[in-house]
Amino acid sequence: MTIELTHARMRLVLHALRQEGSGGALLLLHGLGERAPESLPAGLAGWRGPVYALDFTGHGRSTVPQGGGYTAELLMGDADAALAHLGQATVLGRGLGAYVALLLAGARPDRVRGAILCDGPGLAGGGPRPGSPHVALPPAGVVPPDPFALLELARDVRPPDYATSFVRQANQLSRLAQPICVCAVERPDWLRAVAEEPGVERARLPEALVLYGGELLTDC
Amino acid sequence: MPSSPGQPADPEAADVSFPGAGTPDRFRSVDSFGLRLAVYEWGDPAAPVLLLAHGGFDFARTFDVFAPLLAAGGWRVVSWDHRGHGDSAHAALYSWEADVRDALRVLDSTTREPAVFVGHSKGGAVLTQLALSCPHRATHLVSIDGMPSRRRHPDVADHERTRLLAEDLAGWLDHRRRAATLVRKPGTLDDLARRRGRMNPRLSHAWLRYLVGVGARRDPDGWRWKIDPSLRFGGFGPFRPEWHLERLPSLAMPLLGLLGAVQEPMGWDTTPGVLKPYLPPESRIELFGDTGHFIHIERPDAVAKLVLEFVA
Repeated sequence: MTIELTHARMRLVLHALRQEGSGGALLLLHGLGERAPESLPAGLAGWRGPVYALDFTGHGRSTVPQGGGYTAELLMGDADAALAHLGQATVLGRGLGAYVALLLAGARPDRVRGAILCDGPGLAGGGPRPGSPHVALPPAGVVPPDPFALLELARDVRPPDYATSFVRQANQLSRLAQPICVCAVERPDWLRAVAEEPGVERARLPEALVLYGGELLTDC
Repeated sequence: MPSSPGQPADPEAADVSFPGAGTPDRFRSVDSFGLRLAVYEWGDPAAPVLLLAHGGFDFARTFDVFAPLLAAGGWRVVSWDHRGHGDSAHAALYSWEADVRDALRVLDSTTREPAVFVGHSKGGAVLTQLALSCPHRATHLVSIDGMPSRRRHPDVADHERTRLLAEDLAGWLDHRRRAATLVRKPGTLDDLARRRGRMNPRLSHAWLRYLVGVGARRDPDGWRWKIDPSLRFGGFGPFRPEWHLERLPSLAMPLLGLLGAVQEPMGWDTTPGVLKPYLPPESRIELFGDTGHFIHIERPDAVAKLVLEFVA
């Protein structure tokens, strides 16, 4: 089942991978160039509640806009549209989606019931500071994903102290003791800084799911 | 829907005039990867090109006094409405990178020869990035209070900073949730001029009223600014003003930077002292006393004279 959401001029598709369940919702945010999975990933079987997955703008079945202009903050708005539908959710992000999950955890600390940051495409972004100036023109490519998304979100700048400002906000304003959990093995500068912040949990995915309301399954 | 590029939205607009203001000589549009940008030209089409970029929440027709002065100096002055501004299309997405790319599309549509770049505020910073990205495309760069140096909330304690950031973020996200249905508030021509006057306190009501005539449209319930209602003043993000400053020494072409001495809401509060360590060899900074952020609007003749001498 899919749900259509609106974010400004974008129509976003939210996939309900599992609607039943006794616990809180889990919202999956895919990596750069990916799309929402069509079924519940095996590693998430231990989650007790419903599971949803969002197609970001320019990805999957969501709107592919004209002329580019992507930012991670824009995708945070996408994820916030899903949060508006779900009320509250634990957010699990892969790659680019992990960065967006961090931003959302800091921006909506009362609605995000834990952010789990995992490896995936687009985790590093464009590094901690801008590279040599150049005008980014899109390559030809299969759409979706939008070639502009692949281009612009692989080079968006992610300063470590910008990332940690979202951690501190989540720590200060969330009701959870540990609102951020880092599972990713790759640690670009922003994520290394996040993982070293007080109050940030570092764990494997099964333990991270337990931290926010899942069961520990021995086979994952 | 926006009206056709450059055409007054209503005959009433034709009644609004301002001394020295000149309607562009030519109107056209440029496609930027599926997005239509409205382009305006003043001056001889065979003259060398001067690319002129407006600031955030402005539009090209705010150059209706300044651009004709440059054109009279022997230049083909080309400006455009940034995406979401003026008569350009309202986009789904907005970003700094997209604005720089749009600027290059306008330049590509105009000439392959090196051109003079002149930009105000955000337009100055956008053209600085374009000049750094494509140094072979610019002969001179003029930045009119377009060199950022200010960071937000510089003097607050960390816990207070967190609260301020939280308010910024929640406010922005709440705005995004409403953005699909937002419309600009209607009013009379004078209402819109007065509202803009709150952000442009040094500009005369007569000038702001003129801007309504060329930058707003007349709907059945009143005038509305054409700018995309999903755009929001202020904001947040990873950008650091010092990144802009640190790149200035790399500029390959002469730089003329103009600053106003009076701080005001839309200004960037950059001072000559802040810029000094970052200036490239061929650069000149001019500080205008008793002048705010809109230096070219407050002092059009003086600024045009300086620019024309600089690029001669």
